[in-house]
Amino acid sequence: MTIGSVPVKFRISVDHDQCMLCGRCVENCPYDVFRLENGKIHVNSRKCVACHRCIAMCPRDAINIRERPVDYRSHPVWTTETREAIYNQARTGKIILAGMGNAKPYPIIFDSLVLDACQVTNPSIDPLREPMELRTYLGKKPSRLETRQRDGDVEVLTSLSPNLQLETPIMIGHMSYGAISLNAQASIARAVSDAGTFMGTGEGGLHQSLYPYQDHMIVQVASGRFGVDINYLERGAAIEIKIGQGAKPGIGGHLPGEKVCEDVSCTRMIPVGSDAISPAPHHDIYSIEDLKQLVRSLKEATEWKKPVFVKIAAVHNSAAIAAGIARSAADAVVIDGFRGGTGAAPRVFRDHVGIPVEAAIASVDAKLRSQGIRNEVSLIASGGIRESADVAKVIALGADAVYIGTAALVAMGCRVCGTCYRGLCPWGIATQRPDLVARLDPEIASRNVGNLIHAWTLELSELMGAAGINSIESLRGNRDRLRGYLLDESIMKVLDVRPVGA
Amino acid sequence: MSDQWGPDAVMDRVRIDATGMHYTPLNMAIRAAVAEGAREIEIDHVMGQRFIADGLKGDVRLIIHGVPGGDLGMFMSGPTCIVHGNCDHAPGNTMDSGLIVIHGSAGDAVAHSMRGGKVFVRDSIGYRGGIHMKQYRDKRPILVLGGNFRAFLGEYMAGGLILALGPPPDSPIRERGIGSGIHGGRIIVRGDVDDEYLGVGAQKSPLTREERDEISPLIREFATYFRRDPDVLLEDSYVQIRPSSSRPFASKYTWE
Repeated sequence: MTIGSVPVKFRISVDHDQCMLCGRCVENCPYDVFRLENGKIHVNSRKCVACHRCIAMCPRDAINIRERPVDYRSHPVWTTETREAIYNQARTGKIILAGMGNAKPYPIIFDSLVLDACQVTNPSIDPLREPMELRTYLGKKPSRLETRQRDGDVEVLTSLSPNLQLETPIMIGHMSYGAISLNAQASIARAVSDAGTFMGTGEGGLHQSLYPYQDHMIVQVASGRFGVDINYLERGAAIEIKIGQGAKPGIGGHLPGEKVCEDVSCTRMIPVGSDAISPAPHHDIYSIEDLKQLVRSLKEATEWKKPVFVKIAAVHNSAAIAAGIARSAADAVVIDGFRGGTGAAPRVFRDHVGIPVEAAIASVDAKLRSQGIRNEVSLIASGGIRESADVAKVIALGADAVYIGTAALVAMGCRVCGTCYRGLCPWGIATQRPDLVARLDPEIASRNVGNLIHAWTLELSELMGAAGINSIESLRGNRDRLRGYLLDESIMKVLDVRPVGA
Repeated sequence: MSDQWGPDAVMDRVRIDATGMHYTPLNMAIRAAVAEGAREIEIDHVMGQRFIADGLKGDVRLIIHGVPGGDLGMFMSGPTCIVHGNCDHAPGNTMDSGLIVIHGSAGDAVAHSMRGGKVFVRDSIGYRGGIHMKQYRDKRPILVLGGNFRAFLGEYMAGGLILALGPPPDSPIRERGIGSGIHGGRIIVRGDVDDEYLGVGAQKSPLTREERDEISPLIREFATYFRRDPDVLLEDSYVQIRPSSSRPFASKYTWE
């Protein structure tokens, strides 16, 4: 009793005048918040995680959720979260695990950057009338082309590296089968295939049912090497080596045994119920030279037919690291910012380790340009891309394309409750429980994800047109089309943007 | 070995001179030979070429003379590599199936993340041997070594078997961190291992008669490859190192 119980996080109330006792809340809540007894819906608010499944399913809008209905004595230093973390650790002595991305209220640089538009002197372009070139190629570009002319035809003599062709610079990042359900992966796979873009498999192997979409899948090789064999490598359109992740830079991952069901076990190639442990480092990579060896081993295994990407978490020294990666034969570097999501990460890492993707992309782009090797690799930005404006801004800061993760899950119903680690996702996304997975219909969910990509692509072309730009290549690294609004001088120097009005 | 084998001498036997060859053309030559039906490919003058047989599939036997560079047989699925010489680091890295026999020693991370097949090393290996080997259904990777091993043997091991036959007790360098983070599979060491060398999550136990019987065929196989007397090895005592839990990290975390 020393600590006692902490206040409920959410208070559920049911409007009994509205409630028609249909029981949908009872059926839909996997956290057992609701029960129907003696002709009345009873609730246990303490179990609620605010996933909103009940709200979405209630036909009478009879349910209401209030966050933090009990006040602690307010204090700017000893926030509710700080106090509750201490109670938790005082009880357990353990590392706190949390879901989703960084939950600290750090200022978001994207929100302090504004985009440009044409007025008078340089007419804007109407995307309805004029072609807008959003097609993006990811991979090495030759620094020069050797050509030969013969009978009026030009023959390219330089041997070109394989590139991925994207119809829109928006891809969906690596969320493994295991972290998310097969229905969620299938929905994303259909959406990216239709949109002419790509998705990542995560470190969970490639389920057989997704083979029809393999030309739109980037297969991941991470430190656990789960699901990796030559068949898997040959199926992918590209291969991505995961060194780090924005949500938990510097540490490995553990898929708890309870999530390793028959099918997950099959694609990861590990026994049912065993923990899938990805060590912190790849144990064959202890240096940039070793990374080069892994990149080349993957290329050699697939006969140099596939681009190889390297993903790192955005950290203090990203620029120098990326410059090393650019010399390793890698074709693209993925920079995952500290707002990147995750199924489960130690809270202390999720909230405190890494840097924002805006600053990381800008500094990596600048470093590569200063060394004359920007053409050696493409840059993919991920971690906290919430809307098309973020896509436009991060491309203007130097990225070639983006990975979105959480936004795609939200398009499938995710309410960002951040309870992915429980494995009970009522939306059928971050769960392997068959009855919950069945709630996600890939037919509908793939359309939702496809719609989101389409809508953002439209907005992106409108933003470009308004700025008088008709090709994504003219937006890339074009910091002149950005201005900093109330950003301090040192950050603007890193981003290489001028303040508003200048 | 007979010197009359030229590239065209016998259809299913090919000989490649790797002198001064970069690994990519070497692997291309190997793949081309396999595609044309070669069953045995003998490679001479190998000097540090990496990635030999990387991702190679099929039923083919590579006889390698010299010292291959890192990642020999990485992602390999099916072939056999017989190496007459030492190996650099990580032979058998993420190997799927097949056989690697090394008549010499090998560097660090031998059999890293190996998923199936067998690796036999006549002499010693470096650090992190058999790290994160894993098994699934009929695939069970096996690493057998005749000499010493350095620290972190079988670290993060998730499945399979490491059999260290080094002669006890004087010669093997028994170093710290054996089976650190092990959550599946077994490490069997000839002689005994001091408790102080065991890694976190590893525990030591004697072998039962059935378990001894299980390793006998591997000892005989090792003895055949390297012309050793199996009886000495078969009669000696062994100790095994297994995970104390299949969930070594389960108690480390609490939910937010």
